[in-house]
Amino acid sequence: MSRLSTLLARETALAWGRGGGPLVSVGFYAGVATLLPLAIGPEAQRLAAIAPGAAWVALALASLLSLDRLFERDYEDGALDLLSLSPVPLELTCAVKCLGQWLATGAPLALAAPVAAIGLGAPLALAPLIFACALVGGLAFAFTGGIGAALSLGARRGGLLTAVIVLPLLVPPVIFGGGALDGYVSGLGWSAGFALLCAYAAAAVALGPVAMAAACRNALA
Amino acid sequence: MIPTPAFLANPERFMAFSRWAAPMFGLIAVGLAVVGLYLGFSAPEDYQQGATVQIMFIHVPAAWLSMFVYACLAVASLLSLVFRHLLADAAAQAAAPLGAAFTFLALVTGSLWGRPMWGTWWVWDARLTSVLVLFLFYLAYIALRASLDDEAKAARACAILALVGAVNLPIVHYSVVWWNSLHQGSSVFRADGPAMPMVYLAPLLLMSLAYMAAFGSLWLVRIRGEVWRRRAEAAALRAARG
Repeated sequence: MSRLSTLLARETALAWGRGGGPLVSVGFYAGVATLLPLAIGPEAQRLAAIAPGAAWVALALASLLSLDRLFERDYEDGALDLLSLSPVPLELTCAVKCLGQWLATGAPLALAAPVAAIGLGAPLALAPLIFACALVGGLAFAFTGGIGAALSLGARRGGLLTAVIVLPLLVPPVIFGGGALDGYVSGLGWSAGFALLCAYAAAAVALGPVAMAAACRNALA
Repeated sequence: MIPTPAFLANPERFMAFSRWAAPMFGLIAVGLAVVGLYLGFSAPEDYQQGATVQIMFIHVPAAWLSMFVYACLAVASLLSLVFRHLLADAAAQAAAPLGAAFTFLALVTGSLWGRPMWGTWWVWDARLTSVLVLFLFYLAYIALRASLDDEAKAARACAILALVGAVNLPIVHYSVVWWNSLHQGSSVFRADGPAMPMVYLAPLLLMSLAYMAAFGSLWLVRIRGEVWRRRAEAAALRAARG
């Protein structure tokens, strides 16, 4: 257990510190949220109609940003070799890495999400739901994103490749989260979408590390 | 299903089999397509859709094949991952661009069909959207294959991606259906009639078989090409070593 907590502390500290950490993700998120009204026009009604969805898709994009460093740096400096030799199974190591990624970028983004949505004109009452969606969705983004990051280890232009691999995988969580927010705003009920989002996050947490570990072993072989 | 790969797992036997099977499948495809297209274009015009119903004979088999090829890709990837068999990897690698081509054909012909029928090139209908995501999966597979230099590593990474996609694609499909029913009723797709009349069904089935045969032929040709490429590479390495 102490091995795992040490690993988690290391991963979170690295994710927090490397390349600006949460600041870059939140800054990117704020930038996208600022560009949207500039492209769509400042009319409050039109903006309010798309605010929850726009905040949600910007969140998915922002969560892609720091993925390319998730395994790449440890792969380059040999730390991943050492981690794969440790008594902790590589699957668990990968899961802890994604958890650290989520703590360092997903959680700050979840705090920023309600601000962005309300700034775009979403109702104030939406804030708790979008925070919860961003928190759970961030878990799904981190664990599916980890698959893409692990698969593109050793590739040319790894960062861009990670995004190309991960974006189709993000279709279900984007739909479920957007559906929950849309259902809340239109009064159709948000629980179905939120429950499906939680289910997808749980499946990603359970199955993602297996694929990540297989990809890491392949890259290290 | 399993005995066939077992028989063909031997590269020599595969090359001997595919040498005549590939052109034979090609001839079958051409024959079936000629008959199917003739029957299709001589079929009476639909009372609602007019002449555009004939797009169906090109479009529907392409959409079926787009899914069938992904199933082939996933099975080949599983075999390559479990048995580390080079032919299985060559088969997966060869299937991906073909699947992308069929998916692209389905999207384009569907769009051309949608314009006169629905009055729009594209609707975010559940089926259209999930086929579009399937196309993105193919693109991701091809992109990953293209950007990894080490072939053995590329093979395994791509196989993992194909299996992740195979797990994810049904979820994508159901999520898109759920999303679509949340937003709007299925107003563009009328409930299909109980059965298609034979004048349409026969050419449709013939065209599907023609597409299957064409895929089989092209797949075998591409696997053969890959085998030859690897043999040439190995020969070049041997020659370089002296």
